[in-house]
Amino acid sequence: MNRAIVRLFAVMVLLFAVLVAFTSRWTVFSATALQNNPLNKLGFYASEKIKTGDLLADNGSVLAKAVPATGGIWKRKYPFGSLFAQPVGYSILQTGQTAGLERYRASQLRGVKTGLTSVFGSLGGSQVGDDVQTTLDPKAQALARTLLKGRTGSVIAIVPQTGAVKVMYSNPTYNDNDPQAYYDSVTACKPNPFKIGCTYNLATQGLFPPGSTFKVVTSTAALDSGKYTPQSIIDGSSPLEVSGRPLENDGDQSWGEISLTTALVNSVNTVYAQVGQNVGAKLMETYMKRFGFYSEPPLDYPASEMLTSGERLNGKLIAPTNPNVDLGRMSIGQDKLLVTPLQMAMVVSAVADGGVLMEPRLTTKVVNSDGQVVQRFAPTEYDRVMKPKTASELTQMMEDVVEEGTGTAAQLDGVKVAGKTGTASVGKSQDGQPLDDAWFIGFAPVSDPKIAVVVTLENIPNGYGGIYAAPIAAQLIKTLLAEDR
Amino acid sequence: MRARNRELFGLLSAALLITAGFAAVFIQESGKLSNVSLIYGAIFLGLCVAGHIFIRVTLPNADPYIFPLVAVLACFGLVMVYRIAGATEARQQAQWFVLGLVLFAGTVIVFREYRKLENYRYLIVIGSILFMVLPRVPGLEAATQTQTYGAYLEIHLGSLTFQPTEFAKIGLVIFLASYLRDHRQALAEGRKVLGYRVPPLKHLGPVLLLWGIAMLILVFLRDIGSSLMFYGGLLSIIYVATQRVSFVVVGLVAFGVGAWYLGTHIPHIDSRVQAWLHPFRPSLYYAQTGSSYQIANGLFSQSAGGLFGQGFGQALLTIPGTNDAYIPLPDTDMIYAVITDELGLFGSAALLLIYLLLVARGFKAAMLARDSFSKLMATGLSAILAIQVFVIVGGVTRVIPFTGVTLPFVSYGGSSIMANFILVALLLLVSDRARRPSTI
Repeated sequence: MNRAIVRLFAVMVLLFAVLVAFTSRWTVFSATALQNNPLNKLGFYASEKIKTGDLLADNGSVLAKAVPATGGIWKRKYPFGSLFAQPVGYSILQTGQTAGLERYRASQLRGVKTGLTSVFGSLGGSQVGDDVQTTLDPKAQALARTLLKGRTGSVIAIVPQTGAVKVMYSNPTYNDNDPQAYYDSVTACKPNPFKIGCTYNLATQGLFPPGSTFKVVTSTAALDSGKYTPQSIIDGSSPLEVSGRPLENDGDQSWGEISLTTALVNSVNTVYAQVGQNVGAKLMETYMKRFGFYSEPPLDYPASEMLTSGERLNGKLIAPTNPNVDLGRMSIGQDKLLVTPLQMAMVVSAVADGGVLMEPRLTTKVVNSDGQVVQRFAPTEYDRVMKPKTASELTQMMEDVVEEGTGTAAQLDGVKVAGKTGTASVGKSQDGQPLDDAWFIGFAPVSDPKIAVVVTLENIPNGYGGIYAAPIAAQLIKTLLAEDR
Repeated sequence: MRARNRELFGLLSAALLITAGFAAVFIQESGKLSNVSLIYGAIFLGLCVAGHIFIRVTLPNADPYIFPLVAVLACFGLVMVYRIAGATEARQQAQWFVLGLVLFAGTVIVFREYRKLENYRYLIVIGSILFMVLPRVPGLEAATQTQTYGAYLEIHLGSLTFQPTEFAKIGLVIFLASYLRDHRQALAEGRKVLGYRVPPLKHLGPVLLLWGIAMLILVFLRDIGSSLMFYGGLLSIIYVATQRVSFVVVGLVAFGVGAWYLGTHIPHIDSRVQAWLHPFRPSLYYAQTGSSYQIANGLFSQSAGGLFGQGFGQALLTIPGTNDAYIPLPDTDMIYAVITDELGLFGSAALLLIYLLLVARGFKAAMLARDSFSKLMATGLSAILAIQVFVIVGGVTRVIPFTGVTLPFVSYGGSSIMANFILVALLLLVSDRARRPSTI
């Protein structure tokens, strides 16, 4: 019988080997697949128990924090609600829905695990998240909301030398403490997510024709390539035949032979159409790409919540060299050109920073619960768009716009402001009035730019940028410069 | 080193293990090392030394490794139960451990001449079967917990809850060992029919009866796990007694056919099979009854463990914000999943190795035994212990459909601990008799 017992034992050893093999299968070989299984909520439960860190404004105000919920879990609270909803976003653990910085900086807010936590778990305490410092300025942000007076539009303010985004406010907004309502409103917008009135971040996702603000880009290409100087004389007669159709100046005004500076100051379309055509599609594309067109915006923000600027045909990006592009009209910010306010903020801050474009950013550092800085997001150069000489010439031209041209409403006492207005025709209202997108892009002080601002207002009847957008920019610049002092 | 000294040495390491284990859990729970962990260790060491002295006196020649291995398993179980279910359950588990030791001592004293058990074999088998069907006796099933997850496993006497199958398995092994001792020759030889040896029906009868019993458990108690465990033990003893593989093959086929038929006709069993085959099917995962929730979450837990585990106290047991268990029955049926989660593949493999060593010592006792009854009983007891581990761990790791049996000595539960201490007492009795220097 003993031989049979040995054989039986061998069978038992085999059975146990199968058990070890299957345990290995679940713990090692199939572990990743199991962890990615949509039914596996372990990771989500673990994150629910972590006291996530705060998102902090530049003055230390708390933009987002963890508050205890029933059952030893934490949920996120947003003290400012709709004021910062778009840059901050939200995070609902129960459904896994996240947006904005809450999504982009989720791992930092959860806290980074360090070496010794594995074998016996984190000895003596639960994992605590880290705080993330943002660049946002609550006072200026609140002012931007006040100045928009509920109109659909967006306000961005950036420090040109660092790319720090001080203000990013858009209407319509939503209360990020109640994202369910937000989701309901999105559902209502489902047929057309870009429909006006739908809740999304206009600053990064809103696509608008840039209108005459794009003449800053055309000017950059014209001056930096050496094909033009601010004093170059061009014929400003109206109308001008462009791509087989007549192109008119505002009010069909003929300006005759004028300098490039005068053309920018008075936003002369016919001049800039010729300049763009003369510079050529290839060179226009080069400069546009240096400004960030045709690329995903380099902002520290979820890529899926940002759109790329450029010529678009049936929703798809097409290069300026594409035969479908009307180069003359593109050069004055029309044709099929669609840009985000963020893109124009990058354009204007590059001019303000002597031609160097810094990556815009919303966060600067990660601080752990002991107050130690565990991660820094240093200012990063995106591209050298133009020569310093070009930048200073362009600054002078834009200063003249505010001094004596279309942007006089942006003037401030004691501070020189440089800027460019934009008025992009987008259609007619029901009572037949022309509707425009009103733009102002600018920076100040001219001698030592501290802040660059972009104001975009959507669908304003007869909405001249110089009338509607420029005063908002002026107020904002005034407040931000006062704070800076 | 003498056998008993080796045993004492083994027990010391078990006591160190429980002290370290409790210390780890205490640090995790309260953030500080408490002297309670030392007290637990000391109490446990005291119990083990008492057990050891008892064995020294009564069973001086018994295998020196069996008791320390059991002590390691029991203390590991105590730490896990403390960590999973809390102090109250751990204290209860410790009480059962003490009660188990008392039963152990009682068994050794009363059945010192264990071979006289043979005289009562029919009484034992009938008693065991009646005991098993007790959960279906109306007065004894508690109103609230009539069925434990679809199976009839427990009886309630006042505040006490018994799982009769845990005890019945021992009775059935004793009966089979005794019966086959008498009839194995006849069974092994038999007459030749069509070139095959067919055992005479009158000898095979009781064996067939046991097959019937296994099927009955399946139908009547709806307990696939115990049924599988009994049947595996039965086949092991028959194989060792007759040394004929054909019995095992025929037996497995018969069980397979029976299980298939019942599986397709009893919804409770069918749903277990479906959950085993498709644990990640959302319709099954979220099903109201017969859901794969438990088995799937058990697998997720194991995957979280990886090679080395997340550490004591790190496995997620309750769904945050609720009182619902993430894996239902984490301290009994699913305890292996929690162990893998916290101690990883290495911890689990070590645990399985300890079981295998215990089984090996049991088989060793069987091989050393000089009479057939002792051999068959020790074989049967060791085999049924191994198969019980295989059934529950195999269920948790999805080798076989998940069925509720306890992980011996480790799972929370009095019946399991006490019954397995009786089992160990019998093994040591066989071993002591076999190793006695001068017998007769």
